[in-house]
Amino acid sequence: MIRMENVHKAFDDNHVLRGMNLEIPKGTSMVIIGGSGTGKSVALKCILGLITPDSGNILVDGKDAQSGDRDAFLARFGMLFQGGALFDSLPVWQNVAFRLLRGSLKRTADEARKIAIEKLRRVGLKSDVADRFPAELSGGMQKRVGLARAIAAEPEIIFFDEPTTGLDPIMSGVINDLIREIVTEMGATAMTITHDMSSVRAIADNVAMLHGGVIQWTGPVEQMDASGDPYVEQFISGSAEGPIEAVR
Amino acid sequence: MTPVAMLGGLGRAVLGLLAAFGRVALFALDAISHIIRPPFYPREFGLALLNIGWLSLPVVGLTAIFTGGALALQIYAGGARFNAEAVVPQIVAIGMVRELGPVLVGLMIAARVTSSIAAEIATMKVTEQIDALVTLSTHPMKYLTAPRVLAAVITVPALVAVGDVIGIAGGYTVATQNLGFNPATYLKNTVDFLELRDIVSSLVKGAAFGLIAAIMGCYYGMSSGRGAQGVGRATKGSVEAAAVLILAANFVLTGVFFSL
Repeated sequence: MIRMENVHKAFDDNHVLRGMNLEIPKGTSMVIIGGSGTGKSVALKCILGLITPDSGNILVDGKDAQSGDRDAFLARFGMLFQGGALFDSLPVWQNVAFRLLRGSLKRTADEARKIAIEKLRRVGLKSDVADRFPAELSGGMQKRVGLARAIAAEPEIIFFDEPTTGLDPIMSGVINDLIREIVTEMGATAMTITHDMSSVRAIADNVAMLHGGVIQWTGPVEQMDASGDPYVEQFISGSAEGPIEAVR
Repeated sequence: MTPVAMLGGLGRAVLGLLAAFGRVALFALDAISHIIRPPFYPREFGLALLNIGWLSLPVVGLTAIFTGGALALQIYAGGARFNAEAVVPQIVAIGMVRELGPVLVGLMIAARVTSSIAAEIATMKVTEQIDALVTLSTHPMKYLTAPRVLAAVITVPALVAVGDVIGIAGGYTVATQNLGFNPATYLKNTVDFLELRDIVSSLVKGAAFGLIAAIMGCYYGMSSGRGAQGVGRATKGSVEAAAVLILAANFVLTGVFFSL
């Protein structure tokens, strides 16, 4: 279980998180929605320790995320970045198997390559992609490679940062379905950040609406449309009228 | 502007400069500590050796040969004013080995390697590749900085040695082909005149300049701002800082080796 308790984070005068509280039960898929610049990515990076919160607690299975063995902590996570964040200098298979080629999870190169190709197949890519470089792939293929890398070491917790941004609706649907299938089949705890309501409906067990640095509403995805929360209603309808200012 | 405001501005600039030196010094210490602590990344180190050392050879060689040739012509023309044309081999050798070899190689490395390291790491930063490294349990300082710094400290002295030899060869070619020097005498005068201290100073300068070039590239890359402008600023800043620090370090090291 992941728990954020009263987490604050500011960048100079910009107070991004103002006491965020969130709980993600083990084995469930939480999707955080909210406008651009509301701190969704900051919250995610705080959990991973990429950004240090100013105050508050972040607990993963009851243990403080900021202390203890960082390698062991990070080994439990997989992450799909918004732009893929693939390493340009490495071929696709070495990107996917990055964790399996070094550190505590190190395997032989042959073994790592086999696993990488298997994970590429799992996300719908053929084995001939393995020896190409990221720059030779389309945006959708890069996202899939990023997804394969996120699941390569079979992590317990997977984070998805805007998994469908920049993709056409068909490719977005493919990625959403893949994420749902993989999370279900691995039994992983998932946290996704998105603006895309089709992703929310496809991926989420639970939804949280982040605005003004705090969670405005959270609940099961089935209750989202009838939440009665003005922030959620405005976000779902995409209306310029409501508590969320159109000009921010 | 009042004198007080001017003093205030000067004070802020000095404090800013000192703070920047402090940040770079801490970064350099951190990088060095990662060089000596496992895990090590031999593949990254090998690639850095290739990029910094082997692939810099053409530019270093061309710079050195033209500089050595021009130096021979200048010394011959200058020496002719007081009938001292015969000192060409000795002055070319000492000029190349003590000063021009290390400084020109250092500046070429700053232009070629520092800029490339800064642009690569800054691009990795703005495209979240550095964050991705962290989430894959890989320390960016260990994976990106340590191999490049170690490779630069090893290869730049070797490049300086190559540059010294090629520069002397440039002077030798011009002197023997255009200025009428006897080849055997030229070589003998060159070898007899050089001291061990000249060669050691050249190599030590090379190691120091390699350290500066790699550290500045990595530091500016890691602290780059967002977007294409951030990458551009990091690249420009890294080359400026590396070039100035190399020239300053050259002055200090020359003082240490030859004035004390």
